[in-house]
Amino acid sequence: MELNELYREVILDHNRHPRNFGRLDPADAIANGHNPLCGDKLTISLRLAGDAIEDLKFDGNGCAISVASASMMSEAVKGKDRATVTALFDKVHALLTQQDAPSTDLGKLAALSGVREFPARVKCASLCWHTLNAALANADAASAPAVSTE
Amino acid sequence: MSAAPYDIARVRGDFPILSRQVNGRPLAYLDSAASTQRPRAVLAAVEHYETHVHANVHRGVHTLSQLATDAFEAARERVRRYLNAASTHEIIFVRGATEAINLVAQSWGRMSLKTGDEIVISSLEHHANIVPWQMACEATGAKLVVAPINERGELQFEAYVALLGPRTRLVAMTHVSNALGTVLPVAQIIAAARERGIPTLIDGAQAVAHEAVDVQALGCDFYAFSSHKLYGPTGLGVLYGREALLEKMPPWQGGGDMIRTVSFEKSTWNDLPYKFEAGTPHISGAVGLAAAMDYVESLGLAQIAAHERSLLAQATESLSAIPGIRLHGTAAHKAGVLSFTLAGVHPHDLGTILDHEGVAIRAGHHCAMPLMELLGLPATARASFGCYSNAQDVIQLTEAVHKAREVFG
Repeated sequence: MELNELYREVILDHNRHPRNFGRLDPADAIANGHNPLCGDKLTISLRLAGDAIEDLKFDGNGCAISVASASMMSEAVKGKDRATVTALFDKVHALLTQQDAPSTDLGKLAALSGVREFPARVKCASLCWHTLNAALANADAASAPAVSTE
Repeated sequence: MSAAPYDIARVRGDFPILSRQVNGRPLAYLDSAASTQRPRAVLAAVEHYETHVHANVHRGVHTLSQLATDAFEAARERVRRYLNAASTHEIIFVRGATEAINLVAQSWGRMSLKTGDEIVISSLEHHANIVPWQMACEATGAKLVVAPINERGELQFEAYVALLGPRTRLVAMTHVSNALGTVLPVAQIIAAARERGIPTLIDGAQAVAHEAVDVQALGCDFYAFSSHKLYGPTGLGVLYGREALLEKMPPWQGGGDMIRTVSFEKSTWNDLPYKFEAGTPHISGAVGLAAAMDYVESLGLAQIAAHERSLLAQATESLSAIPGIRLHGTAAHKAGVLSFTLAGVHPHDLGTILDHEGVAIRAGHHCAMPLMELLGLPATARASFGCYSNAQDVIQLTEAVHKAREVFG
């Protein structure tokens, strides 16, 4: 395993300049994600248009893998309906955990394939997706409990 | 009398794991504050016990049971000498420092605490010296009071003394901060509490491998530590408790070994220390810990401390010279712990890159989340030294941090 497989240029770029960084106000749903192992914390706020994610922002504090993953996710899911988002998460999850997982149709997200060589870092990359799921699940609820990857 | 020079090459040769490689690089093990490695003497003592001696202790009339009991009780005597406790009745074997503190919080705490009572801890505490007290407070209505630190990570002593009052029932403080390396002035901390008749518990997990501890000279009522941070096996720790206090305390776990008589109506308790040792103990662990104490004393705690101090100075200087490095915890009196952050690189990424270069450090909150919150840091990277750490480890660390700067450009 090589470090430049993990820290690819696109990941370093999204870490340095995260896209869709901030907080939507008002938002239809907010969820907090926390990875207690490394202290990564992020908040996702989103607005829905029918079944689709109309807009999404994230903020928080985390390692390069978690920030870049959230940034790339934010670009990938905007404008997508829930079924598409779920299918995308399944593909990303496979990419992070399975050696032979295909990276086709993932666009920039394919840059995360190096993470699977560093098992301790898989949770960093998946935190934003779990948090997005929590936000979607709580879209209609008044409260937004924290999720954890631990 | 001049001490023999510290032969670091020979010391390293005593630790088989140090000759392995990690990710194709020589291992630079800089995570001794999390767990130390074991010297051959400890591995051999455990193997000898398991190969020739093992049976259950305090049970059988047969030869092995007697030999195992002798080995276990000899280990207790070894620990007593290491801490200079007055009696082996005061040495209780537990699973680790965490369990030792939980024992006191549950047994002494439930016996002694009432609504409105206060337990004084410091901002530097490990979760193991926070959460057991929160649980005791929850059960009794007592409350936790936190003594502050200054910007260097030192206890504000006057502020601590000002917190001691008629409601203070216990002072529970760490000897050495695991996150920042600060050595606390425990003798003065204990003296201030004793003047007011307040008992004290010292969390010695980070101290026992780095300086000689004399519980009678310190005058503490409880002292807790873990074997695996003193070059001994995991799964074993020690609670020292002053006999008069232990006598008054009820057992906290019931079972075999801790009883004198059992009937279905009522049971009576065994004498100290067995009253607090329900179930079959970690016998081989105790044998290993005794060997570890022999080993450490053969090197000399003062010599180990001096060696680690020189490495700390070397590492402080070489890391400080790297642009973007910030050291956290700059106390005047520090143990071999260096907590740091690198601008633009999250500690978790730093940990991965350093590991790739064969350098093992801890990255995270170091089980001290309230302290991290106070410092305004989500996490730090922490390099920590043991008796086997050497200048090459520090050079490898420094080069790996430079590598991290390159990767993150």
